[in-house]
Amino acid sequence: MKKVKITPEVVAEHGLSEKEYEIICDRLGRAPNITELGIFSVMWSEHCSYKSSRRHLKKMLTKGKRVIQGPGENAGVIDIDDGDAIVFKMESHNHPSYIEPFQGAATGVGGIMRDVFTMGARPIANLNALRFGEPSHPKTKSLVAGVVHGIGAYGNCVGVPTVGGETNFHRGYNDNILVNAMCVGLAKQDKVFYSAAKGVGNPIFYVGSKTGRDGIHGATMASAEFDDDSDAKRPTVQVGDPFTEKLLIEACMELMATDAIIAIQDMGAAGLTSSSIEMADKGGVGVKMNLDKVPQRETGMTPYEMMLSESQERMLMVLQPGKEHIAIEIFEKWDLDVAEVGITTDTGHLVLTHKSKTVCDIPIAPLGDDAPNLNRPYDPPKNLDTLYNDQIMDPVTRGTSYNDVVTTLITSPDIASKRWIWEQYDRSVMGDTVDSSNSGGDAAIVRIHGTNKAIAITTDCTPRYVTADAFEGGKQAVAETYRNLCSVGAEPIAITDCLNFGNPERKDVMGQFVRSIEGIDAACRALDYPVVSGNVSLYNETNGQAIPPTPAIGGVGLIKNLERYATLKGAKEGEHLVLLGKTDGWLGASLYAHLILGHAKSEAPLYAPPPVDLEAEKAAGTYVRRLIRDRRVSSVHDLSDGGLALAAIEMAFANGFGFKLKGSADVPLYAWLFGEDQGRYLVSVEENSLNPVISTARTLNIPAQKVGTIGGSRLIATGGFDLSLQDTHMEYESWLPDYMAD
Amino acid sequence: MQSAVIVFPASNCDRDAATALEKITGRKPLMVWHEETTLPKVDFVVIPGGFSYGDYLRSGAIAARSPIVRDIVKKAGNGLPVAGFCNGFQILTEAGLLPGALMRNKGLRFVCRPQKLQIVNGDTMFTKAYKGITEVTYPIAHFDGNYYADNDTLRELRKTGRIVFKYIDNPNGSLNDIAGICNEAGNVLGMMPHPERAVDPLICDSGRGGTDGIALFKSVLEAVR
Repeated sequence: MKKVKITPEVVAEHGLSEKEYEIICDRLGRAPNITELGIFSVMWSEHCSYKSSRRHLKKMLTKGKRVIQGPGENAGVIDIDDGDAIVFKMESHNHPSYIEPFQGAATGVGGIMRDVFTMGARPIANLNALRFGEPSHPKTKSLVAGVVHGIGAYGNCVGVPTVGGETNFHRGYNDNILVNAMCVGLAKQDKVFYSAAKGVGNPIFYVGSKTGRDGIHGATMASAEFDDDSDAKRPTVQVGDPFTEKLLIEACMELMATDAIIAIQDMGAAGLTSSSIEMADKGGVGVKMNLDKVPQRETGMTPYEMMLSESQERMLMVLQPGKEHIAIEIFEKWDLDVAEVGITTDTGHLVLTHKSKTVCDIPIAPLGDDAPNLNRPYDPPKNLDTLYNDQIMDPVTRGTSYNDVVTTLITSPDIASKRWIWEQYDRSVMGDTVDSSNSGGDAAIVRIHGTNKAIAITTDCTPRYVTADAFEGGKQAVAETYRNLCSVGAEPIAITDCLNFGNPERKDVMGQFVRSIEGIDAACRALDYPVVSGNVSLYNETNGQAIPPTPAIGGVGLIKNLERYATLKGAKEGEHLVLLGKTDGWLGASLYAHLILGHAKSEAPLYAPPPVDLEAEKAAGTYVRRLIRDRRVSSVHDLSDGGLALAAIEMAFANGFGFKLKGSADVPLYAWLFGEDQGRYLVSVEENSLNPVISTARTLNIPAQKVGTIGGSRLIATGGFDLSLQDTHMEYESWLPDYMAD
Repeated sequence: MQSAVIVFPASNCDRDAATALEKITGRKPLMVWHEETTLPKVDFVVIPGGFSYGDYLRSGAIAARSPIVRDIVKKAGNGLPVAGFCNGFQILTEAGLLPGALMRNKGLRFVCRPQKLQIVNGDTMFTKAYKGITEVTYPIAHFDGNYYADNDTLRELRKTGRIVFKYIDNPNGSLNDIAGICNEAGNVLGMMPHPERAVDPLICDSGRGGTDGIALFKSVLEAVR
């Protein structure tokens, strides 16, 4: 191996500033070699060190009565009673999915599942929050096809149901799509595994796939200079193997049932480097590894390549001395590589040997303690004006009709049925999926195997709102997950966040980021609904154009008794539709404003989004859960994009009955039907329950009123639209398949 | 009735099958690892869905050559009831216990949905307990479910009542809408849909009510009694 000279160019290519390089030299008391430089560079990268976001994330609510483990581990852990725990996290795989949609999305799913089963939890559900460019963009269709195929190929093979998610299309994602994958796992509370490597002299084991040259940062420079005989540069996008992942899950579960494991960590970004350093740092120990023992897929790999490789389906474990044979037996049974690669030490250093030479000897503490913690300057976004309702916003004044408005909204890319996507995901494997995307419901419901309880899961974000007001948009994303969980009768417990933003070096982007976090946090505190895990994805931009700010929120709740839950289905003919929550007819940043009033054409957002009254949100959510528990409602849907009209229509699609809605004396019809005021639910109730549901709501200061009746085969809003249920449903179902078939 | 479920490294419906069998037969099935060379003494064997060995070659091609499947082939020849669901069906065709092959779906996409089926032959050991019911809904979830066989085979299957299930609204391009078939002796069933995922009224995602699969297992239970 040729010795690489550390020049300022090499330092810069590793993304390290001059000042950061000085700190490294200072801590080492010498200049680092190339392997050491590579290790510092990945550990201090935005991805691993959260250098732009750390100080802001610290402010968030992360504790609660059901939180067992908050942020800082591979995933968050919550208590769902009876000694059971739910482990979950959402993570982005945006850039790889844009470069190579199939493998990028597949490895995104694989990576998030490893984060979950690393902690001793068997994955029981996957979700995906996807954002693509505008449908007319030449790349969009192939990206949709590739991403969906990749998610399906991985999740279906591993045998974990993909039960929900969301998909948006917007020109702001044309050159930078978002693929956010969420995984939820089930563990016993006394069998949750952590990553702190405790004890000195304990063996370190590598298990899973062999290490290859995939996904190496700075590989261009490194492989060119390291070895002149190096045959080829490898692709930097990782390749996934769901079969190996399945074996790895089963083998880990089997080993976790014994008492052989002290600590375990999956090899995600920056592979062997971050896994070994994080385990050592958390446990306050040193690590010595012999890289010759690392199972290798290719010949002639250098220490630099081995430490920075992002080969998939690998784990690092610290075992109880004397129990090594248990691990070896289990992993060999599952035909996986297993190798003792090192030992924990009391030096506090990461020491690596390769071909009998020491190739790295660095103190571990500075990698974490001295990691840059930037206080980037930011400009908070300015507040936009409120859009006041005006006669000129009426469809009729505008020369269109209510029928056309409904058709436009129902066939718009964000609203139209995503059946083409979710039918490619196995939703029923594991036999516990009570409800998924299948019913168009608000949250997926997955039973805890062998019990009568279930978890509800949802992902939400309305980038339209966050673009218009980062603080209110952040609040809204959390509130919408809360609402979706309440809609099925679940007690909301905690969230995971996947914060996708542009370049944090730009003050306006950093302003969006900071304000969104503040909004998320305000909602978490008001709703007693903490953040337990998450991920930050910055630099989502192309040619200086940032994506719409997209803090995707994944919410998890508990349904204690599956005899008491609700979905969109269950309404009967002759029942009444009752609207809960306050309606002012807010149209700023609404779907109606964007698509009917043409606000979507504007480069900059025009009007403020609907504000979220968190106290009202909590009251309405609590009341809806009570109504479900008391069996007062036959179906429930929250109101979101497209307001009352679209909520009623989606309910009609699920139930197969039409409806007749009436207007309001206080709000103009268009704003009444399409306004997006927050904190609202539409419920169906039978005759006997109508008055009790409304009067109890009013005693709790929750606005409630009858807004229509269910029945027939027409979708009717008196004085507004009158459409065939069947035809409208067909239009709703056909947009995406027609688009993909074109 | 003592049943068994075969477990390949990437089987993923083994638990679903075990849950259904235990619920309906009242006895936990034996879980038999793919490396075993001999089946234990059982009354009924299920080859579950999944991806057996990753299925990077043709689905089920490698599994069909595994030690345990060789023993299943032998015992099925002596009349042991065997059912293969999804990947299990693919394995049974690859192993030669059932004719034909399962090709990539016509739409070239994985498809998962509650699927309506017609019970074409209600007089098999797998369908008797449906007692005249001719339409059921089971979930489907597969990429390679497009049944193909040559014309002579199809004619033979039709003539001898060996087409057990047909799709109503064919989701994958299968010839003659074939969803499930049995062997000549009637003791080996292969089908793409998942009756084992339709045994619980709470699991509504599997279709209407989600319990249409129960009678299939009851049929076997009554037949081996």
